[in-house]
Amino acid sequence: MADSRSISLKVNGVAYQKDVEVRVTLADFLRHELRLTGTHIGCEHGVCGACTVLVDGRSMRSCLMLAVQANGHEVTTIEGVAPSPTELHPLQQALRECHGLQCGFCTPGMVTTLMEFLKDCPNPTEEEVRIAICGNLCRCTGYQGIVDAVLAVTGGKRA
Amino acid sequence: MKLIGASVARLEDEPLLRGKGRFIDDLHMPGMLEAAFVRSPYAHAVVGAIRKEAALALRGVHAVLVRDDLLAYLRNEHMVVGLPSKDYKQDLNRPALPSDEVVHVGQPIAMVIADNRYIAEDAAALVEVDWAPLPEVGDCKAALSADAPKAHRHSPHNLVGEFTIGYGDVDAQFAAAKHIFKERYWQHRGGSHSIECRGTVAVHDGNDGRLTVWTSTQMPHAAQRVLCDMLGFDENAVRVVTPDVGGGFGPKLVFYPEDVCVAIGAMIVGRPVKWIEDRLEHFVATTQERDQYWEVEVAVDGDGRLLAIRGEVIHDHGAYTARGLNLPYNSAEQIAVGYELPAYRMKVRVALTNKIAVTPVRGAGHPQGVFVMERLLDRIARELSLDRAEVRRRNLVPAHKMPYQTGVKNRGGMAVVLDSGDYPRCQQDALDRIGWSDFPRRQADARKTGCYLGIGIANFVKGTGRGPFETVTVRIGPSGRILVHTGAAAMGQSTRTMLAQIVAEQLGGDMSNVTVVAGDTGTVATGMGGSNSRQAVLAGTSAHTAAVNVRNKVIKVASHLLEAAEQDLDIEGRSVVVKGVKDMRVDFAKVASAVAGTAGYSLPAGVEPGLEATESVVIDPMTYANGTAAAEVEVDIETGGVRIVKLVFVHDCGRILHPMIVNGQLLGGIAHGIGNALFEWMRYDEHGQPLTGTLADYLLVTATEMPAIELSHHESPTPLNPLGIKGVGECGVIPIAPAVISAVEDALAPFGARIARTPITPGDIVAMVTARAK
Repeated sequence: MADSRSISLKVNGVAYQKDVEVRVTLADFLRHELRLTGTHIGCEHGVCGACTVLVDGRSMRSCLMLAVQANGHEVTTIEGVAPSPTELHPLQQALRECHGLQCGFCTPGMVTTLMEFLKDCPNPTEEEVRIAICGNLCRCTGYQGIVDAVLAVTGGKRA
Repeated sequence: MKLIGASVARLEDEPLLRGKGRFIDDLHMPGMLEAAFVRSPYAHAVVGAIRKEAALALRGVHAVLVRDDLLAYLRNEHMVVGLPSKDYKQDLNRPALPSDEVVHVGQPIAMVIADNRYIAEDAAALVEVDWAPLPEVGDCKAALSADAPKAHRHSPHNLVGEFTIGYGDVDAQFAAAKHIFKERYWQHRGGSHSIECRGTVAVHDGNDGRLTVWTSTQMPHAAQRVLCDMLGFDENAVRVVTPDVGGGFGPKLVFYPEDVCVAIGAMIVGRPVKWIEDRLEHFVATTQERDQYWEVEVAVDGDGRLLAIRGEVIHDHGAYTARGLNLPYNSAEQIAVGYELPAYRMKVRVALTNKIAVTPVRGAGHPQGVFVMERLLDRIARELSLDRAEVRRRNLVPAHKMPYQTGVKNRGGMAVVLDSGDYPRCQQDALDRIGWSDFPRRQADARKTGCYLGIGIANFVKGTGRGPFETVTVRIGPSGRILVHTGAAAMGQSTRTMLAQIVAEQLGGDMSNVTVVAGDTGTVATGMGGSNSRQAVLAGTSAHTAAVNVRNKVIKVASHLLEAAEQDLDIEGRSVVVKGVKDMRVDFAKVASAVAGTAGYSLPAGVEPGLEATESVVIDPMTYANGTAAAEVEVDIETGGVRIVKLVFVHDCGRILHPMIVNGQLLGGIAHGIGNALFEWMRYDEHGQPLTGTLADYLLVTATEMPAIELSHHESPTPLNPLGIKGVGECGVIPIAPAVISAVEDALAPFGARIARTPITPGDIVAMVTARAK
């Protein structure tokens, strides 16, 4: 039987202590153990970006990270982004208004990636936005609505 | 109400933005187990003994199932899914699990059910199989040569089907033609690569014997039908439910071996079973599009007017029939749709290969037909020293000839009649927006600085709204809420919003009072599902008709309740009001309660029970959307890199229901088309072994490859449905590859480049440049 460890971490501000098998990825831990299914798995090899979460504010591929590596860290998932059950984060609101999502499967990873990016780069150019999300694959939108949403939030303009 | 035509907020967005979507892998049932599949590592092999002992010995493993374990549950071991055609040369239905021969890498041979996926995969690796590799067919052209090995060892040959599409006296046209040009093309399209892979969860209720299957399908009713057929169940015993689907793009309309295995697995272990496809499985076990080889000749007069086209195409079918001959049919049919073509003959041969079955991906063969036609028109322009746009203008079906009867029939045997549109005007709009007329000057200036610019154009006409019908029920219950149930399936294209919008237009305009259930066989008896840019046309029309019927019922009942004449009533929000009279109103809940029935009391005179209508409006003829793509590119002759500087897309999908959604559908399709032109390539070696197994190898377009895109909308409402809608889901993808490839060829004109393939890679471009330099 696989080895287990006890880990303590905060997810979306809630503290957890859990026994977890050492081989379980952070993505599977969030989805199956905590039932936070908003973090999606698209490739499990770190390319598609759908599983992106914030670990201590930095974007991480939760499919490439083990749950035990999150021990002692703070994780933010898509469920922790909106300020309340009745309000959306401005980025979420803009994605809605700009049709930045269709099937919505890549959306959680897009949002978490952009949360980090906008903290580092609050007034990006269109090109900077495109580079920021070029590690997140979307098959539905052609990315235009996502780029538009970011620029709507930051007051930037399309090139 | 004026919801139709407005970009109203999507119903789908809020939960998806909060991470509260319910995709297949988000479903959890008490006691649920997870499955993993043992798959063939060989493209073709005989399967000998399968030893389960080591896998079964692993703690947490509940079952290891092979074909023999399934047989007791299967009335029919094979999935009979092929679309009807008289042109099949052999039946190639897929088995649930194969008996003694595997015919492609990734074919499932056994299923492990365990406490979780980790253990299931450990156990799958412990299942021992005796494989005896056989000679394989790695290429569809080679498949048809006389000495080719057989892709199925007991098949007589590798020809799946053969047919010829055409009309007119082709050879006479060629005999009289001023010019004849011959071309060979290779075209490749890859997988759908929805970001969500496939998945299925099955629950078998031991009390009543009923099976519920949640699956990420585009066609829930078709899935129900196949399950009933294979398991010998009636429709009451099998319910198929579609949760949120994370993109479809074609392959999710297919029913798969894993789906029935999971259902049987749940019956065998007596617990819910989930299987979620991983990305590697998606590469080898989800259907895809692949190769077509074309040899074509075109005959033209001295002015570049088309006289006839003839030729042959060989189409890679893969190892089984998972859908039919429709894809190559569409490709061949497409040649004759959009331009005036007096005579046409295309022989299509569909070849077996030892690769996963080929079925439609967004566009469904139409992009390939458009590619061939547009490349031929470029050739004609070059040979006759005509402008590429002018050659097209001379041959496009003009607006004054609408409706225009083409010479071809669609795969259902119905004549292809172009119903409406102004194709030359769309083209002209695209030319104006891309700056076509002054491009030669810009190109010449750029070349002086060592910058290679090119421009290209391509037109398309796409049959949308394939019938015969889609079912929609509209109901207002005593709660006052409007329920919409449909056989249409949502996979990200805003189907719920579209239907709520159409229904609310008739019933008060409050979309927040509408619940749409799409893709649950438990709610509607019949349904077709999502394919062929059909749902707005078919489900939209049924929703409109049903909503009008319910509206009439609501008004009638309310006229009794309000003691007012029907013509004096209107619906506002969730109430019926007397026009111009404040406070004279009755809400939906009261209206619905009045006809919900109370035992022993009669209904108001002349009123039927319930506020409900079910419609399956039959529309057989397809409605044809059209458009023009124009692309300007810059080619780096050192690296072979292509940058799309600007892309203009002018299109006509009839009356636009929701501009934002239409734009979104087009942009997504365009991105896919750019991938097909420059990036996406599902590579195999000559033994049928995939060389492309990750998204690092298979290049999907990312945000940095997407150019500035200018969309322009023309609206020619179709007379074929009451709302004037044409489909849009696939339109974006269709003309992109030929427009981009034409632009690249134009940029490389100083090197004499000729491009007869898609996709093209930087390596191909550098090779064209250096070939000339030598």
